[in-house]
Amino acid sequence: MDPYALKTLNAERRARRAAILVTDLGDGRDRIVREGDQVAGDLGAAIARAFRSGNSGSVEAEGRTFFLNAHLPQPRLLVIGAVHISQALAPMAKIAGYPVEIIDPRTAFATPDRFPDVTLHAEWPEDVLKRQPLDSYTALAAVTHDPKIDDFALKAALDANCFYVGALGSRKTHAKRVERLLALGASADQIARIHAPIGLDIGAASPAEIAVAVLAQTIHAFRSRGLDAKGAVA
Amino acid sequence: MNDSLYLDEARDPLIIAEGWMKDGKDVAIATVVETWGSAPRPVGSHLVIDAEGNFHGSVSGGCVEGAVVSEAIDVIDSGKARMLEFGVADETAWQVGLSCGGRIKVYVERLG
Repeated sequence: MDPYALKTLNAERRARRAAILVTDLGDGRDRIVREGDQVAGDLGAAIARAFRSGNSGSVEAEGRTFFLNAHLPQPRLLVIGAVHISQALAPMAKIAGYPVEIIDPRTAFATPDRFPDVTLHAEWPEDVLKRQPLDSYTALAAVTHDPKIDDFALKAALDANCFYVGALGSRKTHAKRVERLLALGASADQIARIHAPIGLDIGAASPAEIAVAVLAQTIHAFRSRGLDAKGAVA
Repeated sequence: MNDSLYLDEARDPLIIAEGWMKDGKDVAIATVVETWGSAPRPVGSHLVIDAEGNFHGSVSGGCVEGAVVSEAIDVIDSGKARMLEFGVADETAWQVGLSCGGRIKVYVERLG
């Protein structure tokens, strides 16, 4: 392995950015491909698949055999709001492979009692996100219903190109939210990425059912995430 | 392979290999490139080895590491990468023992 490739790969992994180490198994030469880098032909198609699935494997292209080792950051779910839905969502998402953190400045809501085994921040999103910036392998679900808590986080999620951004609230609530986000400087294209009303339309009624709908939508967003759009931002 | 939320730098084979390299050590990197049947470690897993035979990570969860380490020391000496195959069909592998009954292919290369 090329020492420079190893250094580059580790730097990308530390920064929570996806990268693939492409090794020609014939001559041992290797290189790092970042998400969004253009690679032509069959090899390029295989690289795109590996970025989407996260699976490593060999591929035959241009008469050679390449090994693609895909290093994807662990996707995670950040929930704004330590509410009833979040109590169901946190354990479900963890089981599905999406570790959860919850932010809610309302100390009556954000208690370890209500959220055992979850990383909980009883602080304003502004303060937490300053320490732990969002990234494109983070999903954000805003479920407090309170613009003072949700809006900043939603704008930050759009700016960080989070792979999923969802916001709880009716269409009417969302229409008002759109106006506020425009005032905060979000573009119409960015705002169109917000899933609102939140969750896949499965007729969810109870908080736990809404949690299922949000988790399913998160998984769908992760597995179908647009690679070109992300490359443009990276 | 998914990396943890934040890298476990003390245990991460590729981070350790980079540290060894900075310390001026000769290093080999072994990578699982193919598996058949019930293989204990997924494709993409790493074992990193230095010239003294110290190693971190795993390619099989302990079954064939010993054999990979001794091959890796040869690879460090020669600089020539090798493809190793272990499985129940292979006599050597039978001795080193993939008890799970799977087969794995491991690519061993020198760093630098």
